[in-house]
Amino acid sequence: MIDFIGLIFICIGFAFDVFGCLGLVRLPDVYNRLQAATKCVTLGTCSILFGTFLVVGVTSAGIKALLCMVFLILTSPVAAHAVARGAHRSGVKLWAGSVIDKYAEDREGEV
Amino acid sequence: MKSRIILFLVALLVWSLLSWVPDWQHLLVGIFVAWFVAFITGDLFIRRAHVLKHFSRYWYFVSLYLPTFLWECLKANLDVAFRVLHPNLPINPGIVKVNTSLKSDTALTFLANSITLTPGTLTVDIDKDNNVLYVHWIDVQAKDVESATKIVVERFENILRRIFD
Repeated sequence: MIDFIGLIFICIGFAFDVFGCLGLVRLPDVYNRLQAATKCVTLGTCSILFGTFLVVGVTSAGIKALLCMVFLILTSPVAAHAVARGAHRSGVKLWAGSVIDKYAEDREGEV
Repeated sequence: MKSRIILFLVALLVWSLLSWVPDWQHLLVGIFVAWFVAFITGDLFIRRAHVLKHFSRYWYFVSLYLPTFLWECLKANLDVAFRVLHPNLPINPGIVKVNTSLKSDTALTFLANSITLTPGTLTVDIDKDNNVLYVHWIDVQAKDVESATKIVVERFENILRRIFD
């Protein structure tokens, strides 16, 4: 029974990872792509890891999977901030259909 | 010094979880590694060690923050999946500015991470002097600062203030 629930988690995780990758291809600029990449890939991968934990139980591999979940949730948003901020600072423009860019307005005076 | 001891214990815990099943050889190596890590980076880990003693904070973290966070995270994923699969790609992106009243570094970090993992928003930068966050929003619903703050930040701010500030 618990194996089956684990397999369901793994399948959901695969589905979300696929959506994330699809978003990487379809969305227009780096910021929108980061949105898809951080959200879907974080929850998708966490779901796969949690499914793995359910399947293998409290063993060496299962506990490592749980630790990986914690580190993934802590680090992937930080990586996304770093990429988004670096992209904006090095002059990557927002997509042409974007409606507002307060960050560029506020940073106009600085170099 | 307190910060070093706490970091030593956390590092030892992570090490023993990584090298599960514990035996004395792993623990001995772990003590050396954890001591080394605590020695190098110990003073950066936590600045206000006294907050760890307030047990109501842990309770708020588990009972308020985790359910809200997981629910928003799930919603965020369904939202992105919907936008990506929709043939017309219904996005309306932009970078808005929001205010925050949180002060401590940990609270701001958690706020920024929570914003990134919730529907349609991604923190781009923090201006700590003016207490301002710049947020990339995939579907801009409000352009001025006050209403954007209300929609993006307030879900988490009240919870995080009780936990980390």
